[in-house]
Amino acid sequence: MINKEAGWTEIISPVNSYWNLKLGELFRYRDLIFLFVKRDFSAVYKQTILGPLWLFIQPIFTTLIFFFVFTKIAKIPTSGIDPILFYLAGITLWNYFSDCFVKTSNTFVANAGIYGKVYFPRLVIPISIVISNLIKLGVQLIVFAVVFIYKVNFEGLSFSFDSTLFFLPVLIFIMAILGLGLGIVFSALTTKYRDFSFLLAFGIQLLMYATPIIYPLSYTSGQLNKWISLNPLTPLIENFKFALFGIGHFDYVGLLYAACISVIILFVGIILFNRVEKNFMDTV
Amino acid sequence: MQVLKVENVYKQYELGQVSTGTMAHDFNRWLHKIRGKEDPYLKITEKNTRDENGGTNFVWALDNISFEVNQGDVVGIIGSNGAGKSTLLKILSKVTSPTKGNIKIKGRIASLLEVGTGFHPDLSGRENIFLNGAILGMTKKEIHAKFDEIVAFSGVDKYIDTPVKRYSSGMYVRLAFSVAAHLEPEILIVDEVLAVGDAEFQKKCLGKMKEVSQQGRTVIFVSHNLVAVKSLCTKGIVMDQGKLVFSGSADEAVESYMNANASKVQPSTAFSSPEDAIGNEFIKIKSVSVQPEKLFITDAIQLDFSFWNYTDELKFNVAFDVIDVFGEVVFGSGHEFTSINNVGSASCLIPSNLMNDGIYSIHVYVHTAGMRKLCDFMDIVSFEVCDKERNHGYYGKINGAVRPKLTWKEG
Repeated sequence: MINKEAGWTEIISPVNSYWNLKLGELFRYRDLIFLFVKRDFSAVYKQTILGPLWLFIQPIFTTLIFFFVFTKIAKIPTSGIDPILFYLAGITLWNYFSDCFVKTSNTFVANAGIYGKVYFPRLVIPISIVISNLIKLGVQLIVFAVVFIYKVNFEGLSFSFDSTLFFLPVLIFIMAILGLGLGIVFSALTTKYRDFSFLLAFGIQLLMYATPIIYPLSYTSGQLNKWISLNPLTPLIENFKFALFGIGHFDYVGLLYAACISVIILFVGIILFNRVEKNFMDTV
Repeated sequence: MQVLKVENVYKQYELGQVSTGTMAHDFNRWLHKIRGKEDPYLKITEKNTRDENGGTNFVWALDNISFEVNQGDVVGIIGSNGAGKSTLLKILSKVTSPTKGNIKIKGRIASLLEVGTGFHPDLSGRENIFLNGAILGMTKKEIHAKFDEIVAFSGVDKYIDTPVKRYSSGMYVRLAFSVAAHLEPEILIVDEVLAVGDAEFQKKCLGKMKEVSQQGRTVIFVSHNLVAVKSLCTKGIVMDQGKLVFSGSADEAVESYMNANASKVQPSTAFSSPEDAIGNEFIKIKSVSVQPEKLFITDAIQLDFSFWNYTDELKFNVAFDVIDVFGEVVFGSGHEFTSINNVGSASCLIPSNLMNDGIYSIHVYVHTAGMRKLCDFMDIVSFEVCDKERNHGYYGKINGAVRPKLTWKEG
């Protein structure tokens, strides 16, 4: 407290307190977060002919492939949901989660150039990645909506409005927190030992199969069902599908479980991230 | 009023590649930590010398650095390569943190270790001004308020909506610097990398630094350029091998640094008896010296040669080459003289305002009058010519092998 009296506004020391999450500082740099988001959007599709159309192409083609492989060949049921919509919803959500996870996990290594020259709260970059991807998700949900409306109007898909639809933003928000949390945990680990980025590269593929993206949770049973239900992504995806297709039930307990796990992971992630950011330039 | 206080700061670096070895070190550290013991690698960490290998992989890049900076000071940090200047700068900029010790700061601190950090080649100048400004810590509002000023200062108005990858490198740097120049921190940290580039750009950089300091703000400037430090800074800090070796006024600091460096040059070589002396069966060196020992460009330089003569010759030609650090001969001179007895001496005066600043060595030749070579000695002595402070815009090195003072007339 002596320092306060002397009027020091900042003290650089070897270690921070674990509980200093530095969120206030992050708030002061909010303009930078949005400028990074803007940069990502203006820069990604420079020098492409199709430009942002690529945002539509990727989920549509993946859906078609899934449709042929899993529905036509493997004959995996989609619990009565139109398979195209089933896969499109799953892929759109999964892409959001995996993009948040994979891209933020690379934060320190990919931005060593900037980080090595100037200080700003390091969390600015992973947060801007999550927001950029949120916009991308918004665009892809429009594709989903278009296909959905088409199916309702021309193919007689029944749609009944359900109040759980209001939970959609909450589901997406929890997913963002989980992706960001896991991403920054990995980013903290990969600064010194790159092994973790290899682990992540195939781990994320395995994780997709451990999440009910290409099959409904109801298709699994016994031990397997129990394990897959432990995955915090499971209730998010399942509830999303219920809200739109009205098949199954809305799992409030699962939602709460996913929310708690996500917040804990994010919290641990921020602590780890703040530990690592102090010295990562020495080892990156 | 103190605005910056560095207290017993240490920085340890681990050399070599990250591998299973470093993992073992990490594990051992963790074992010590959970038992509440000190990091075992802090004890075996050694002095940071590049050319000696003491056997451990840990060095102190900074070794117990403490100093204080008052408001309005312009502090120059000088030291040779590897002295720890950049490490200190990185810690002050919060890019990395100290291993031990604290730094206390009052007010907003901005560091320019590089201009144009975060510039995206595909974005326009306008977009990059906002992005770069925000990275440096300005809010959108502040950038908006200064936008016109920044563009005007950079002189690239016409290209402001063109992607910066289409800019010439000069335009790019000007725009980048212009953003940095409009930061208004209480403490500004500037790395000498800024001082590379063309003379006009240097002038702008250093001029801006002067302006900042005149507004009562504090500047910390890291440099090799003693002239710039002497001309711009009020205080100076000298670092060597991770240690702070001097702290005081800028002039004293430069002096101290030069004295430390002077020990690396050898302005005289002398032998008391011919038995120990270098040479051959014809000629042995008695002494060669350069005076004065501490030289400025405005000083005349006296070279004295004396040698033992074992030949029957009475007339000799003594010559020398002045060789710069790149090994190039700057110029040479010779003179024929008569040896009185078995000891021959000669001296030569290099006029003032001829040599450029730098370190030089002398290569001596002795020939007979008929130009039969008797002997030659490489690097027999060396000396450093130091620059004087200047009071106008350009503080960089003047180009050229020599720097004669010439007569100019106006009109």
